[in-house]
Amino acid sequence: MNEGEAPKSPEKPKPLEDFEARLREAKAEIQPAAPNGPAKETITGLGAALRIGTELVAALVVGVGIGYMLDNWLETAPWFLVLFFFLGAAAGILNVYRAASSIGLTETDVKQDKNYGED
Amino acid sequence: MANPLQQFTINTLVPIKIGGIDASLTNSGLFMVLTVAAITVFLTLSMRGRALVPGRWQSMAELSYEFIAGMLRDNVGSEGRRYFPFVFSLFMFILFANLIGLIPYSFTFTSHIIVTFSMAIFVFLGVTVIGIIRHRLRFFTLFLPSGVPMVMAPLLIPIEILSYLSRPVSLSIRLFANMMAGHTMLKVFAGFVVPLGFFGGWAPLGVDVALTAFEFLVAFLQAYVFTILTCLYLNDAIHLH
Repeated sequence: MNEGEAPKSPEKPKPLEDFEARLREAKAEIQPAAPNGPAKETITGLGAALRIGTELVAALVVGVGIGYMLDNWLETAPWFLVLFFFLGAAAGILNVYRAASSIGLTETDVKQDKNYGED
Repeated sequence: MANPLQQFTINTLVPIKIGGIDASLTNSGLFMVLTVAAITVFLTLSMRGRALVPGRWQSMAELSYEFIAGMLRDNVGSEGRRYFPFVFSLFMFILFANLIGLIPYSFTFTSHIIVTFSMAIFVFLGVTVIGIIRHRLRFFTLFLPSGVPMVMAPLLIPIEILSYLSRPVSLSIRLFANMMAGHTMLKVFAGFVVPLGFFGGWAPLGVDVALTAFEFLVAFLQAYVFTILTCLYLNDAIHLH
């Protein structure tokens, strides 16, 4: 970042009193240049891309797992597996919908993150 | 060519047996210890100066602190502040584990599903307990969205419960799968470098260089995703969306 700005100076160059004023000055200088930085937006978008893929699968895995175990326990061969497969699929789609809407994915986000969609 | 999955084998370093339970120190355990040591050294040494105008190291430590503090503030609100120590530890642990795992000849314990699953189930149970303590029985209204006609309830409640139960699974699968896939790919391409000879070997080597950079991104991003989801789940438990 600021390379020449004396990274480790043991003695303070200026007294503390006017620190607030200098800080305000510096802030006023910087603020218009970077309104809420684009870097953070990219990170949340990438995070969303990596997140959504597994949401769908995880609910399905849990659903099928529960159905399979219930079948084993109650000896009702395929019925609970079938029922919980569909419930799991529904839960997975619900997860994806929630994930997408909670992050507030917009069209431009989706376009930006297409390259990183592998999950 | 070496087996690309060989890097994930667990080796016992110091055999320890406590009452019939195998509690040996393995390479996985060793790297967990190293990760915790690295975080401790990083945070304590970089904050030793406590300068008003931070240097490079102190700036890095403050940046990581403020990153998680800001994440908690944005996603949970001021009530989330008391869970900061846990969330910060979680983030630093996963981040350092992923980054240390990228050093050649080291071991990435986040590429084992049992490790990620135990972290995820801890988050899941913790969040559920926090929610039940804060809201008592009202916590279970989480499974029935408001304004739903009662006819739909028998269908919607199982779906909501499944969706809730899938949280630890998706948390753990995501981290483990990304780390394992990335490291396997690195190894697969690395295995082509020498067999393809002096002229052909440059292509997989180039791919490996690019993949390494990508893995650094993934290492950070997966720590970030794990942490932000912990924040979101915490928010659900505290505010019952």
